[in-house]
Formats: sequence, C-alpha cells, structure tokens
Amino acid sequence: MIFLDQIFVNSKKAILNLASAFLPTDAILIVSALISIGAIAAFGPFTMMYLTWFERKLVGRIQNRIGPNRVGIFGLLQPIADGIKMLTKEDIVPAGADKVVHFLAPVVVVIPALLVFSVVPFGRNMVAIDLNIGLLFFLAVSAMTTIAIFMGSWASRNKFSLLGGMRTVAQLVSYEVPMVLAAVPAILASGSLSTVDIVEAQGGWNGLKWFVFTPWGFVGFLMFYLCGVAECNRTPFDIPEAESEIVAGFHTEYSGMKFALWYMAEFMSVFTISALTATLYLGGYQGPWLPSWAWFMIKTYALVFVMMWFRGTLPRLRVDQMMGLAWKFLLPLTLINILVTGLWYFTSGLGLRLGLSIGILLVSSWVLVLFNRPYMPEKRVYEFAE
Amino acid sequence: MLIPLEHILIFSTLLFAIGVYGVLVRRNVVGILISIELILNSVNVNLIAFSRSNALDPVMGQVFAIFVITLAAVGATVGLAIVLALYRIKRTVYTDEINLLKW
Amino acid sequence: MLPILAKLFIYGVLFLSLVAALGVVLLPNIFHAALCLVGTLLGIAALYLALQAEFIAVVQVLLYVGAVMTLVIFAIMLTHRIGDMTIPQTNKQSLPACLALFAFVVLIGGLLLKTDWSILVGTGGSVASVNPPVDTFMLGKALLGEYVFPFEVVSVILIAGLIGAIVVARKD
Repeated sequence: MIFLDQIFVNSKKAILNLASAFLPTDAILIVSALISIGAIAAFGPFTMMYLTWFERKLVGRIQNRIGPNRVGIFGLLQPIADGIKMLTKEDIVPAGADKVVHFLAPVVVVIPALLVFSVVPFGRNMVAIDLNIGLLFFLAVSAMTTIAIFMGSWASRNKFSLLGGMRTVAQLVSYEVPMVLAAVPAILASGSLSTVDIVEAQGGWNGLKWFVFTPWGFVGFLMFYLCGVAECNRTPFDIPEAESEIVAGFHTEYSGMKFALWYMAEFMSVFTISALTATLYLGGYQGPWLPSWAWFMIKTYALVFVMMWFRGTLPRLRVDQMMGLAWKFLLPLTLINILVTGLWYFTSGLGLRLGLSIGILLVSSWVLVLFNRPYMPEKRVYEFAE
Repeated sequence: MLIPLEHILIFSTLLFAIGVYGVLVRRNVVGILISIELILNSVNVNLIAFSRSNALDPVMGQVFAIFVITLAAVGATVGLAIVLALYRIKRTVYTDEINLLKW
Repeated sequence: MLPILAKLFIYGVLFLSLVAALGVVLLPNIFHAALCLVGTLLGIAALYLALQAEFIAVVQVLLYVGAVMTLVIFAIMLTHRIGDMTIPQTNKQSLPACLALFAFVVLIGGLLLKTDWSILVGTGGSVASVNPPVDTFMLGKALLGEYVFPFEVVSVILIAGLIGAIVVARKD
C-alpha cells in the first residue's frame, strides 16, 4: 500500500541516489529540480493530447456518434495524428499583424498554464514546490492568461479577434473576483494558503473529511467550479470564442502550431482548474483504500468529465447573462458563504451549525434568485393570425 | 540577502528616474499613467529591500508595500476612467491637445 | 556554485527589468510600452521572491499584472487610433529631462553608495544586517492588528475610487 502510494516519490529518490554517487551536492539540487520540471513538462502536454481525444470521444457519444475511431484502437493515436497535422500546416501571419506580439502571444499563454502545475499536489509528497502561498500563486499566475489572450487578439488586427479579446477580458476579470472569494472558505477552514496544507486539513474520517460535505463547502465547491469553467472559456461560458458569433474569437488568425499552443493552454487549464477544485473542496489526494495519486486523478478527471458534459449539453450564455451571473449572483453569495464559514467555526453543536448555515445559504440564494429575475416581456398574442 | 542593499537601491533609483522621464516626455495620457506605475514600483522595491535588510520593524515595509499597490490600483482605475471620459469628449489622449483650461 | 548562479540570476532579472522599463518610456507604440511594463512588473516580482517576500510578489502579479495592466490595455484599446503610429509620441522636453534625471541619478547613486546603511541598527560594521523574512502569518496579523486603521482607510479609498471611476466613465 505504502509502496504503491509513494512509488513516484521513491523512484525520484532512487534516481537522486544514483546521481549522488558521481555528482556534487549542488548539482543534486539542480537534478532534483530538473526531474520535477521534466515530469511536469511531459505531463502537461500529454494530458492535453489525451484530453482532446477524450473530449471528442465524449461529445461524440453525447451526440450519438462514435467519435474518432480511425487511427489506432478506439482512435487512441488520433492526438498524434493531429499533432503531425498541426506541425506540417502552413503558419500564416496576417499582413497587417503586429508580427512580434502575434508570435509571442501563444508562447506567453502556455507559460502560466504550465507554471500552475508546480503547486498542484498530485499525491502525498507529490508536489513540485510546496509554496506557503501556493493557492495565491495559482490564482495570480492564471491571471496572467488574460494578458496573453489580449496580446493575441490585438496583434491579429482582425475585428473578430479584437471582439473576442474584449469579451475574454471582460469575462476573465469578472470571474476572477468570485473565484478568489469562493476559495476563501477553504483557506479559512484549513488556516493556510499552501495547497498541501489545505489537502492535509481534509484528512480525517479515514480520508473522507472533505470540505464538500459541509454546507459552506458544498456551496463554495459549486461556485469555485463554475468560476473555473468560466476562467478556461468553456461552454456555457465560451463567448470569447463563440463559433456562431465571432468566427473563433481571439485565435481566429492563428494556424498551425500556434493554434495548437492556444489549445494546449486551454486544455491544460481545464485540467489544472479541475485539479485545484478537487484540492480545495474534494479533499485532493485524500481517500480510503486507493493510492493517493489515484484518488487525485479520479476526482480531477471526474470534474474534467463534467466540464465536457457541460459542453455537450448546455447552450451558450448571452454576454449580459454571463456578467449578471458573476456580479449579481456569485459575488454576493461568495461573500455570504465566507460569513457562513465563520459562523460554522464559532457555533457549537451539530444541529445548530447545520441549521444555521443551511438556513442562511438557502434564504440568501433564494433572495438573490428573486432579485435577479430577468425581465420577461409578456407573451405576444396573435389574434388574427389563425 | 543575496545581493547588497546598495545595488537594489540603485536599481530602484534608476527605475524611478526612468518613470519620471516617461512622465515628462510622453504625450499620451495612458503613457503617463503607466510611467507613474513605474515610479510607484520603485518605491515598493525600496520598502521591501529595507524590510528585508535592516529596518527596525520588518513587517511595516511589507504592509506599506501592500498599501502602495492598492493605492496604485485605485489611481490607475480613476485615471483611466478620466482618460476614457476625456477621449469621449475631446477625441484625443494627447496632453498638449487638451488645453480647455488654458486661456 | 548555487549562490553564484542565484546572484547572476538576480542581476540578470534586474537588468532585464530596467531594459523593459526603458521600453515603457521609449517605445513609440503604446501597446508595446504596456507589454514592456508587464515585463518590468514581473521582473520586480522575481526580485521580491529573491528577497523572500513571497506574499508581496504574488500580490504584485495578481494585482498589477492581472488587474491594473488589463485595465491599462483595455484603455489603450478604447482610445487607440490606427493613425497614432505616425504621430510623435514624445514632446520636446526629452533633452532637458534626460540631463536633469542623469544629474539626479548621479547624485542619489553617489549618496547611496557613500551611506553606511548598517548604522541604522547600531551594529557599526560595514555589512548590513539581515532581518528574517516576513511570513504571511505575521503580515496578516499586522494588517488586521497594528495597522488596522490604515487598512480600513485604504478600503474606504478603494470604494471611493470604484464609485468615482464608474461616475466619471459612464455615458450619461
């Protein structure tokens, strides 16, 4: 059990032991860092490749199709075929484009998407850097994506790109606020900003004391996940790249490998957002029986699956609906949720705690829904159209 | 500290000078605003460097750095709102073309 | 070997931040200038990391790069005209400004190098003393304990700025 649980950690240690036989101590530190970097740099793109396959298969199933099945068994080699296609395509730069920025944007967007992997705890002792401000690091670095998308959209000198960029920034900046606030209850409950400490705080009850099983945790989980879906521009929040409205949004003018880089950033952030949601509220790598990294992967891929399920079933929101959801519903509810978390820790007795927090959350969300009722024109009656 | 305090102070002085240069020579109001951000950052670098090296109260420098960052955000917000309003009325963002009060 | 590498890294970061800062004030295209400012801000965040002020570094990235620069770029897009590429972006004060700031830098730089900074804590030696790094816990306690009044004042200013920005920028 312990052996399976720590298999990756121990294999890294074995490599380091081997290296320490003929390398000085300073070099060992560098080798250790290089192993972690190498693992992440291989894992990120690999995840992205198979997430594309997974999404195509899944959406295909939802739409009563089979999905890719020509290359390899179950189409498993499809991502490699796609990669070769992307690499051999012509790289087109528009004549009026700002060439330097147009080139830099897809490169810049991948960097934060890869950097955030470094604070994700993949399993017990399996985090690249255990920063004591890991969660804040995650949020800050993923905020840099906005700039990259802006660069790409502006440098393309295309009105659809620019519209997509404007929409993206409006959306990302709006959803950043409730996302940070939705993470606060988990920080309050664990008393730390480190992702590892947050996971360790959910370790009781044989590894099942996840924050999601409390009222505030459940609400926080839902809101954080929703904001996360909006942060990676996925359906139903995909107005930045709405195909039916603005061609492809900010990556309209990108082709070949640069386009692949945009996609890579998007799919990697799908994975990292799911991973962070699992870390904050679903107990990360905590769980009975299975090895820690297996639990982490199960939770993360379940959340990724839900994101793809959204894509297959939900229609796209309108811009005003989306902004309204962020500012008029999620933001007040996250603030109330922080208050409820505080109450949970300052009241005693399970019944009082549960009753108070569930009551406050239900009443406040009901009031918010009431306030947010959209304007509905009366149904038109055609008297003589029969 | 890995590098001497003086080098960080000289870095922040240079940053400050570059920022002031930007404020003095830029015609674009947005350009002036981003140069002001440079100046504020040079102040922050000093605060953090002293808090790490030989301040009597190391926490104070960081607390005031946070305040400076917050106030910079407020300044940028209000400044850019004014720029947008100005652009809507005068159709220009160049400081020497905005001479409504010059008589 | 590692300390030397780290030193080289920090000096490289400082140099690149200064180059990017020069880009902020010299580049004719205002959008490129804003992107250069992002570079400078990230360089300064790296310097904070090197000074073990992780919280400030992350706040710098979150607030400056994530929020303020997004706002600035938004404003640039809303006020940018395609003809701006040909208009001169600087006024005629460049030479006097250069001279005055050169004098300023020489004066302050000389002063900085001549000052014995260690005097401030009374150690008397020439090596500056080193405080332990401030961790996030201490910072939080200070913000909500000793400095709670300025903290509240700053939040009032934030609200005032928010309302002011909306009032100024909205179409009436």
